Amino acid sequence: MRAILPPIFGALGFIVFWWVAVLLKVADPVLLPSPAETLRDTIDGFRNGPLLFDTWRTIWRTIQAFLIATAIGVPLGVALGARERIYRAVEFVVDFFRSTPASALFPLFLILFGVGEGTKIAVAAFGAALVILFNAAYGVMNARRTRVLAARVMGASEGRILWDVMLWEAMPQILVGMRSGISLALVIVVVAEMFIGSTDGLGQRVIVAQTLFETGLMYGVIFIAGALGYSLNLLFLVAEKRLVHWAGK
Amino acid sequence: MPSRPALSVRGLQKAFGGQPVYSGFDLDVRQGEILAIFGPNGCGKSTLINMAAGLMPVDGGTILFDGRTAREAGIGYVFQNYREASFPWMTTADNIRYPMRRKGMARRDIEARLDHLKAEFRVRFDLNRYPYELSGGQQQLASIMRALAVQPEVLFLDEPFSALDYETTLSLRTLLQEVLKRLSITTILVSHDLEESIALADRVLMLTRRPTTIADDMPVPLPWPRTPDTLSDPAFVALKKRALDVFTASVAVA
Repeated sequence: MRAILPPIFGALGFIVFWWVAVLLKVADPVLLPSPAETLRDTIDGFRNGPLLFDTWRTIWRTIQAFLIATAIGVPLGVALGARERIYRAVEFVVDFFRSTPASALFPLFLILFGVGEGTKIAVAAFGAALVILFNAAYGVMNARRTRVLAARVMGASEGRILWDVMLWEAMPQILVGMRSGISLALVIVVVAEMFIGSTDGLGQRVIVAQTLFETGLMYGVIFIAGALGYSLNLLFLVAEKRLVHWAGK
Repeated sequence: MPSRPALSVRGLQKAFGGQPVYSGFDLDVRQGEILAIFGPNGCGKSTLINMAAGLMPVDGGTILFDGRTAREAGIGYVFQNYREASFPWMTTADNIRYPMRRKGMARRDIEARLDHLKAEFRVRFDLNRYPYELSGGQQQLASIMRALAVQPEVLFLDEPFSALDYETTLSLRTLLQEVLKRLSITTILVSHDLEESIALADRVLMLTRRPTTIADDMPVPLPWPRTPDTLSDPAFVALKKRALDVFTASVAVA
């Protein structure tokens, strides 16, 4: 109980601050609607508008991108981590594209995949895969040497050591990579929904609401996107604690 | 005691960065013998058993177990750092089962061997817990059981008690020597603790600084079983004095 109270107070404080700003007319009411108005417009968007569908579309795109990124990033990262010399050779390229803003790659992916659904997912998967790959490779490379030696002295082959030791040693780091990966995928999907020929999704809804001066709805969608990112992160943190009980042991 | 050597080292060569550690080193360890290797820091004690265990390549010479390599013979190895040597994603029992599974032993034989080891070491704690849930002494005992699970021809112990407190060390040492002698397991112990080396060994090999040679090959004719009382036995004290003199002299020469 004590752990939940401070965040609740923090959130309430934020809403009070916002409300005071509205009452003091710090900004034009069209630009800064009250929390109540935002809540009303958002609920209305769920009941009578496409907001529920938009939220689902964004979640679904993020999940698809994440699954593709995991399917590519984890095996490739583990394989590269096990061959450190090869990883060192490709590390620069991985780091370079990991540091490149995914939005700068939109035109390239539009040429490669067209304006359809695939592009948004592909570009998000690309960004997320690099983060996951990087973490998986480092997880394997940082596998504790004593454990590898212990397996070797007990007669495990190199393939066995990768499967029985390195993969498990890397698991905490792989999950960290997956958590960062899904957060990044969400970011890229929302941006892609804004700018790559979209008719639905939270990114699209934010930009449409802004264009139509439906600021209450716009703020609402921003909060939904935020809640989504926060929940995904929390979900992975809980999963990490449950699944990799041996992390740091 | 049978005299057939369980382990023979002949003309061993090893250098690190051009600096020779071993140049023409010979050693024989008899079947069922407990050999303690004692020497100054950096003299290559751990290097020697790592090469013998096949964890590190030799530059020249041979290390053979009754004519075979470490892989062919089957060895057990207990690491100094039990926390980093155990697999924390497995229960302690699964850690002990692991080498038996790698050998392709049948499930029933594995369980029988596990029960046997439990009885041998009088294990009272719950082996279904994860290693990190156990005390340091329990973890190292589990490591020893894991190393002995596949009935190795030679057991290597690399400073097995150095991370444990004195009380735990004494009780684990007493338990270990009892089992090693009862089962007549050929053992090579690397230690930087002179008292431990003498208390646990049939023979103490004192090494010099690099390039490493044998400063003294000292038999320890104390009776088994050795208990904490052995440590105050006049014969023990005399051996320790002799070893200490050799050690001081060998360190002073360099």
